[in-house]
Amino acid sequence: MLTIAGLSTGYGHIEALRGVDLEVRAGEIVTLIGANGAGKSTLLMSVCGSPRAWRGRILFEGRDITRMPTFEIVRLGIAQSPEGRRIFPRMTVLENLQMGATTAPEHFEDGLRRVFKLFPRLEERRLQRGGTLSGGEQQMLSIGRALMSRPRLLLLDEPSLGLAPMIVKQIFQVIREVNEQEGMTVFLVEQNAFHALRLAHRGYVMMNGRITLSGTGRELLANREVRAAYLEGGHGA
Amino acid sequence: MEYLLQQIINGLTLGAIYGLIAIGYTMVYGIIGMINFAHGDVFMIGAFISIITFALLWMGGVTSIPLAIVLVLFTTMLFTAVYGWTVERIAYRPLRGSFRLAPLISAIGMSIFLQNYVQLLQGARIKPLPPLISGGIVLMEGDGFAVQINYTQMIIIAVTVALMTAFTLLITRTPLGRAQRACEQDRGMAALLGVDVDRTISLTFVMGAALAAVAGLMFALYYGVVDFFIGFLAGLKAFTAAVLGGIGSLPGAMLGGILIGLIEALWSGYFSVEYKDVAAFAVLVLVLVFRPTGLLGRPEIEKV
Repeated sequence: MLTIAGLSTGYGHIEALRGVDLEVRAGEIVTLIGANGAGKSTLLMSVCGSPRAWRGRILFEGRDITRMPTFEIVRLGIAQSPEGRRIFPRMTVLENLQMGATTAPEHFEDGLRRVFKLFPRLEERRLQRGGTLSGGEQQMLSIGRALMSRPRLLLLDEPSLGLAPMIVKQIFQVIREVNEQEGMTVFLVEQNAFHALRLAHRGYVMMNGRITLSGTGRELLANREVRAAYLEGGHGA
Repeated sequence: MEYLLQQIINGLTLGAIYGLIAIGYTMVYGIIGMINFAHGDVFMIGAFISIITFALLWMGGVTSIPLAIVLVLFTTMLFTAVYGWTVERIAYRPLRGSFRLAPLISAIGMSIFLQNYVQLLQGARIKPLPPLISGGIVLMEGDGFAVQINYTQMIIIAVTVALMTAFTLLITRTPLGRAQRACEQDRGMAALLGVDVDRTISLTFVMGAALAAVAGLMFALYYGVVDFFIGFLAGLKAFTAAVLGGIGSLPGAMLGGILIGLIEALWSGYFSVEYKDVAAFAVLVLVLVFRPTGLLGRPEIEKV
């Protein structure tokens, strides 16, 4: 569904990704783990064309989207909950969700029901401004907003960041639900490697802008290097 | 008392015109963070297009004045909007992503270009518009002084109130307005949600120019004379209004417009007409020194 081949990109003169090859197949949950600054968020953003690829190609459902404008890429059926959540701070929760339905306004009512069912807290706060929500609520809103467009491919950047374990569990449950019940393909960037690998069908490990390991979630969980670097260092479980 | 009331009526009329122009400044600032210094000249072009359209309508045999005004209103909005769109396309869009001063310098160049363009095409002499609407209503009669609101003033205030209401609804209630606010708060995120940011910015210029066009028509009706240089002073005053209200804030632009209009009218009425511009710009200095965010503006730094 999503094929990344030989992708290099960066900011200014600094190269953040150095020849990344990666594949996400329809119906999968794929996770990308790695330390802070490894280039995970850059990879996720470059799928949507920001930053643009310096070299290499990105294909979505067989179509070359490497040079396509961002708004056209997402109209093909990709939605992203980016790093830092990026809630519109001076818009209400409801307006943020309406913005999420920009590419699929006809599904707005359905989408809203579904998001409020997944995150009842958002319904309680629906007329509150995004900037006044707590971190956890903003995270829910960011994921909910991404779901509003009914994407075929959902890109999530660290949905567990800074959240209480209870809420992390709930959010991972939501990811599993949309994947299993609606067949939504999920590409998940996480620092919380333990949870992410348990949830994902397959995973990739990134280090200094390169993919260094890949395998099924189970394989990576059992891998000695992964355990040493990401699971036993106090990062994960 | 009667004299004061009369000055307030005059000030409100003037303020309505400034407010309409100020909205264009504040919206463009909100969405791309630049002061469009060519906006005053877009207003000037609106005034010229309305006079030309009036002339064409007379020649075409339209004699009904209300009909003519309505036709001129829509024609002027349409053609001036095309100018607004073109200015953004030629002078600002290619500079998006370059350093902050570049579009500002380009705007000043655009302003000079538009003035000279109109001067070349229309001549430097003042263009008169014969008074179309005469008469008014006497509100109050004191000793030797009648407080009057004339029909032109009534039209200006009514049209402005109607437009600002429609405009506020557009921004707060429609998908386009929502997309504009989203671009204002986080352009990159708006694009990630499928908003065509370039198109949204273009439409912002179109809307600002259409409102400035109405102000141009009102100016022509109110003062009866137009030349290629009116955009400079009116533009700066409207800019002052936008800063006074809080640049980036729509209600602020409307409020700022009204306040600048009132300050100017009251100053002219009680002190001296010659120094009315000094009064308006002194306000700009005072606001920038003591309250740079304006009356309704929000501080630059906010908690995320």
